[in-house]
Amino acid sequence: MIKYILKRLLLAAVTIFVVGTLTFFLMNMVPGGPFLSEKAISPQAQAALEAKYGLDKPLFQQYLTYISDAVHGDFGESLKQRGRTVSGIISSKFPVSARVGGCAILLSLLVGIPLGCFAALHRGKVLDSFISVISTCGIAVPSFVICTLLMYFLGLRLKLLPTLGLASWKHYIMPVVSLSFYPTAYIMRLMRSSLLDVLGQDYIRTTKAKGVSQFMSLFKHALRNAVLPVITYIGPMAAYTLTGSFVVEKIFTIPGLGGEFVGSIGSRDYTVIMGTTIFLATIMVFMNVAVDIVYKLVDPRIKLK
Amino acid sequence: MKKNPLTLQRNWNPDDFLPASEEEKESLVIMRESVSFWKDGFRRLKKNKVAMVSLVVIIVIMIISFIVPMFYPYTYEQQIRGSENLRPMAYSVKELERIDAGEKVFPHILGTDKLGRDYAVRVMMGSRISLLVGLIATGIILIIGSVYGAVSAFFGGKTDMVMMRIVDIIYTIPDILLIVLLSFALKAPLNSLAAVPAFKWIQVVGVNLISIFIVFALLYWVGMARMVRSQVLMLKESEYVTAARALGASNARIIRKHLLTNCIGTLIVTTTLQIPSSIFTESFLSFLGLGVAVPLPSLGSLASTAINGLNTYPYLLFAPALLISLIILSFNLLGDGLRDAFDPKLKH
Repeated sequence: MIKYILKRLLLAAVTIFVVGTLTFFLMNMVPGGPFLSEKAISPQAQAALEAKYGLDKPLFQQYLTYISDAVHGDFGESLKQRGRTVSGIISSKFPVSARVGGCAILLSLLVGIPLGCFAALHRGKVLDSFISVISTCGIAVPSFVICTLLMYFLGLRLKLLPTLGLASWKHYIMPVVSLSFYPTAYIMRLMRSSLLDVLGQDYIRTTKAKGVSQFMSLFKHALRNAVLPVITYIGPMAAYTLTGSFVVEKIFTIPGLGGEFVGSIGSRDYTVIMGTTIFLATIMVFMNVAVDIVYKLVDPRIKLK
Repeated sequence: MKKNPLTLQRNWNPDDFLPASEEEKESLVIMRESVSFWKDGFRRLKKNKVAMVSLVVIIVIMIISFIVPMFYPYTYEQQIRGSENLRPMAYSVKELERIDAGEKVFPHILGTDKLGRDYAVRVMMGSRISLLVGLIATGIILIIGSVYGAVSAFFGGKTDMVMMRIVDIIYTIPDILLIVLLSFALKAPLNSLAAVPAFKWIQVVGVNLISIFIVFALLYWVGMARMVRSQVLMLKESEYVTAARALGASNARIIRKHLLTNCIGTLIVTTTLQIPSSIFTESFLSFLGLGVAVPLPSLGSLASTAINGLNTYPYLLFAPALLISLIILSFNLLGDGLRDAFDPKLKH
């Protein structure tokens, strides 16, 4: 087990390194630079700025410098937001996104799993078709549509909820709901189909024959097996949700990591792009490792190699 | 004549050689015509009401977005002075004067935007662009993905290893980063290419639109490639592939004629489900302001513009938001129906 985890972590480090390298060269292939858009500065000042951040050196040398700094834990300073380090930006923005994202993940699990089970247990009845209609619509409607409709009806029309920022718990409701819409719908579908699959298995019939109550057979035997596909889905979903959705953050003006990431690409803030990409890839890869470990805990039949 | 007791010769009657009677013939009559793959699939699809309704919805939306704008009295970039920010079905003062003078003025069904452009035709054009992106990008993805997946699985071994690692790497990089970087990177070469006389058409279609096609094609073929690869891995062990090879068919012919044609069920389903996800991504890109260039609208950019004036002109948001949800929903439902019809093995 420990050997397996170590091996996976080593592989994860390799993946992160490859992603970082690719991003570095791709990013530099794109025309334009961080200081080109500032018309106010003279060419000399621009050259001085580039020299200060080492952008005048050959690309490969820049790459080597960056990698050796990054390995030592130094991700550099932001090129655009003067005087702020990339680690500082990430550690100030990530908690904001993670709070909203964490609530959204919790909400989608708490709503998605029970409703999916409910649909599977009442297969073919009115409620089942009602739930599948809702989940199909949830998958089809883009997040920006949900955000804006929520904002219009709840925020502007009915004035029930505040629309901007994250000052109180009330501010969390709309971003969390719109962020959890798609995963909830997806988990509902996944849960329904996998539970239906499990309920058809022989061991469920055996529990019935033994006289186990329906409640016990569902919670002790069926759910544990049916929840595996949901766990697979939660890994990458959690990574994306925790690091912030650009659309939700833009619409509700939340100062999170998602907005920072897209903003940095637009302004060619190289160090911030690199820092956030590596951060995102790290979370992504570790989520996948975590999923495999949870898998093993939930289903002892699975052998980790 | 006395027969040798060991002979295998049979005793034949002349009756044995009479033509078959009608009764005997009947047993050989084919009761039902043999059902081809396509017929069988479509028969099952026709029974699926949800899929048929979504097919009709898709056709109606296509008519609205491709044919109706040609006959529409307004064009999507025409700015009508004096009729800015009209509510749905409202007329401006000038237009009311013209109506009083006995002229016929076509109503602005969905109102106008802040530049005085008729919103109904803009929404129609927007859905045309969104559909075009969905269809063309998916077409390119289909070609690249199926060939890549088939080649990788067919040759196997080291080729497969290298090709699939490339796919894995493309998978791990956050796709929004790649999209943004590539669309910035493609802008300059496409602009210079558009200056060459032979490539004038690039300007007609729009540099942004073409760069979206290319970016999508470069990014999203990986899913398709994985799907096709898993199918071909299974199919390449079949007897007919061995037979074809024994008859001297080239690798290219085997892939084209035998392997890809046998994946057709998977290909149809993956393609139909790829279309809504391309439309989804395009609308998201337009929402970020990286999509099609002004004045060309897409459903995403229309929605994104509408958000800024949400408080005063909420109706500008509803039409594109509804339409894009409807398009994605019906393609998804049709895709599910096609999967049940053409690829029953994949059914959950």
